[in-house]
Amino acid sequence: MTRKKRRLYIVLSGVAVLGLAAALILSSFQDSLVFFHSPTDLAEKPVPAGRTFRLGGLVEEGSYVKEGIDIKFSVTDTANSVKVTFQGLVPDLFREGQGVVAEGQLNEDGVFVASNVLAKHDENYMPPEVADSLKKAGTWQGKEAD
Amino acid sequence: MIGEIGQFTLIIALVVSCLQGIIPLYGAHKGALPQMRFGSHAALVQFLALTVAFVALTIGYVISDFTIANVAKNSHSLKPMLYKISGVWGNHEGSLLLWAWILALFGFAVAAFGRNLPTSLRARVLAVQGLIGIGFLMFIIFTSNPFDRIDPAPFDGNGLNPLLQDPGLAFHPPFLYLGYVGLSVTFSFAIAALIEGKVDPAWARWVRPWTLTAWGFLTLGIALGSWWAYYELGWGGWWFWDPVENASFMPWLAATALLHSAIVVEKRDALKNWTILLAIIAFSFSLLGTFLVRSGVLNSVHAFATDPTRGLFVLGFFVAVVGSSLTLYAFRAPAMKGGGLFSPISREGALVLNNLLLSTALGTVLVGTLYPIFLDAIAEAKVSVGPPYFNSTFIPIIVPLIIALAMGPFMPWKRADLAGVLSRLKLALVAVLVITGLVWWLAADAPILAYVGMALFAWLTIGILVEWADRLKLFRTSFVNSWNRFKNLPRSAHGMTVAHLGVAFMILGITASEAWQSEHLGVMAPGESINVGGYDFRFDGAREGQGPNYGYLEGTFSVSKEGEYVTVLTPSQREYTSPPMETTEAAIWPMITADLYAVVGEEDGKGGYATRIYHKPFVSWIWGGAIVMFLGGCLSLSDRRFRIAAASKSKKSIPANSSVAGA
Repeated sequence: MTRKKRRLYIVLSGVAVLGLAAALILSSFQDSLVFFHSPTDLAEKPVPAGRTFRLGGLVEEGSYVKEGIDIKFSVTDTANSVKVTFQGLVPDLFREGQGVVAEGQLNEDGVFVASNVLAKHDENYMPPEVADSLKKAGTWQGKEAD
Repeated sequence: MIGEIGQFTLIIALVVSCLQGIIPLYGAHKGALPQMRFGSHAALVQFLALTVAFVALTIGYVISDFTIANVAKNSHSLKPMLYKISGVWGNHEGSLLLWAWILALFGFAVAAFGRNLPTSLRARVLAVQGLIGIGFLMFIIFTSNPFDRIDPAPFDGNGLNPLLQDPGLAFHPPFLYLGYVGLSVTFSFAIAALIEGKVDPAWARWVRPWTLTAWGFLTLGIALGSWWAYYELGWGGWWFWDPVENASFMPWLAATALLHSAIVVEKRDALKNWTILLAIIAFSFSLLGTFLVRSGVLNSVHAFATDPTRGLFVLGFFVAVVGSSLTLYAFRAPAMKGGGLFSPISREGALVLNNLLLSTALGTVLVGTLYPIFLDAIAEAKVSVGPPYFNSTFIPIIVPLIIALAMGPFMPWKRADLAGVLSRLKLALVAVLVITGLVWWLAADAPILAYVGMALFAWLTIGILVEWADRLKLFRTSFVNSWNRFKNLPRSAHGMTVAHLGVAFMILGITASEAWQSEHLGVMAPGESINVGGYDFRFDGAREGQGPNYGYLEGTFSVSKEGEYVTVLTPSQREYTSPPMETTEAAIWPMITADLYAVVGEEDGKGGYATRIYHKPFVSWIWGGAIVMFLGGCLSLSDRRFRIAAASKSKKSIPANSSVAGA
């Protein structure tokens, strides 16, 4: 085996593996990217039922209903709101009037069925996507990020 | 007073690191001995200065000196002492001070343990350490000073994020940083080698202990973080492919690749350029991780700072370090000629494959981690890349790596015979068939990945054990003879076996816990019983109480199996007052074959409580595997003295595959 031949082998196998990885990345990007939408985004450009995405905004005041582990609430960006259902334990610090991000799909009735409600880490934390969409809706009340 | 001492020593450390970054480099260039030796003295002074600074901040936390802004913002007089101390690095400024202190610690360690290094190499390594130190100390002093004063001082502090008030997390950052920063030493060795234009087996031997140390701590640090997520977040998950987790995982992948490629340099004098490049890449990923986490680009529990000037500074530092080292690499690397030739099927070939797959896996993780940031910047679209992406890209790359992992150690250097290797793995193949049959028989509806995982576990475990037995000539010669072989085998060979076994254990833990987990989610009234995974959980009720700095709701579950008492689980919900926040404290009963995991939630108004119960088979093997890997690293590390002694005395021949074939 000469030096050149060895290098050829290494380069070829490298190219093969990289090609495979690129194919894997591209194919899984097609179905595993999860987009983020605010209630206003949904009102302007509806997402078809059954497609997974993340919905973010504030938990609407007076909308939180709990029966055992069945939970209903609405997510609002103050301009629009979307009904959400969820089965499970809501994360620590889930509160009305606080920011929330839910991952799931819309059903045929336009209700968002969440498979996961994302935990916030402290009482001041606002998910950045939610902060942005509130700013767009013109109702951002927090301080500007400095 | 404490604050001023800390401030003062920080500035001393910065001045010293400037000198350390220039004088030894100049000395090595001119061949001037005193200037070269200066590096060691500077490293010592820098270490002492930063130790004083770190101790000063710690004292500030311990005595709750709220005139220091950092203490006021992140501590509270009522906090338990352990968390007052861990609070020192539980925030942006303090964690950077820890970074800088560990950097100085490693610099000092190079000076202290590197007496056998050529003076010029040691001088250059310490100089590069000094240059890195300049960047971090400037960052601390100019953008994130932990000793800034606050006037008027508040009566009490804000407190530490309760999620971080946890023993697992108290030690997660120091271990992780020991790993991140440990890679700076390998990086410095690589840069020094590029400047000298010389990489040889001796260089690889000097670098190896540092890479092993960094790798071991990274392994442990990541495992601690994962374990924390498992018991603290209350979802029973242990890895979320969260960008911040990825930020620590990427340097680990690079360090693992580096560990293996450096062996080829050491034994066969080949793959030099690639190893140097990997050393640069590994440390770059440490810096990238620090940048991603500290800049606030990623929002998570780790993102203490969202100050753009800080982000810019770290980004600038990152670009400067990576840019300059890659430029140096581009100029100097072509001059380094590779050594021994080898066929694709050989020990070298197997290690090349290891590197190829590990770096490809690293690439897919990198793409998945950065893509959301990239898309946000160019298209303003918000996306998240979650576990499905990583599962469908990472797993197909790792599976062949595991298959090859069982075969690699059987291969001699230069040229191997694939059929011969496979015939020695007959037993492993039988084990694969047996375990696949068992899975099919016991759990026919298991997902395909469960079959793959269990088969890999069997293949790897048996493969490793057969190879070990081969080396010891176990059962083929007298037991005493095998025992002597066991004792004579270099520690690094045992270390490899143990670390690889750790991988196998981890595969078992991941596969079994993902495939055969049972879960119950629902409201339970006191007295109610439920069967999860063959265990009966009786909910005995819940009560409220008061902890040192939180109030809590604690539920009680009596667990039994077929009428036999097993344990009592007492999960709780805590409500902290400062800062106001709730945390979930899961109750876990770890066993060798499974973990029982219970969480209690709010009352439903009718006397019932929301509960979540898991039965997770073999889940603790995930962290057990990580600990075994770490122990393997330690074993291998303990070989160092042996090797240095052996090299200086006489060449003692070792009856092992590697050294015989490598000689």
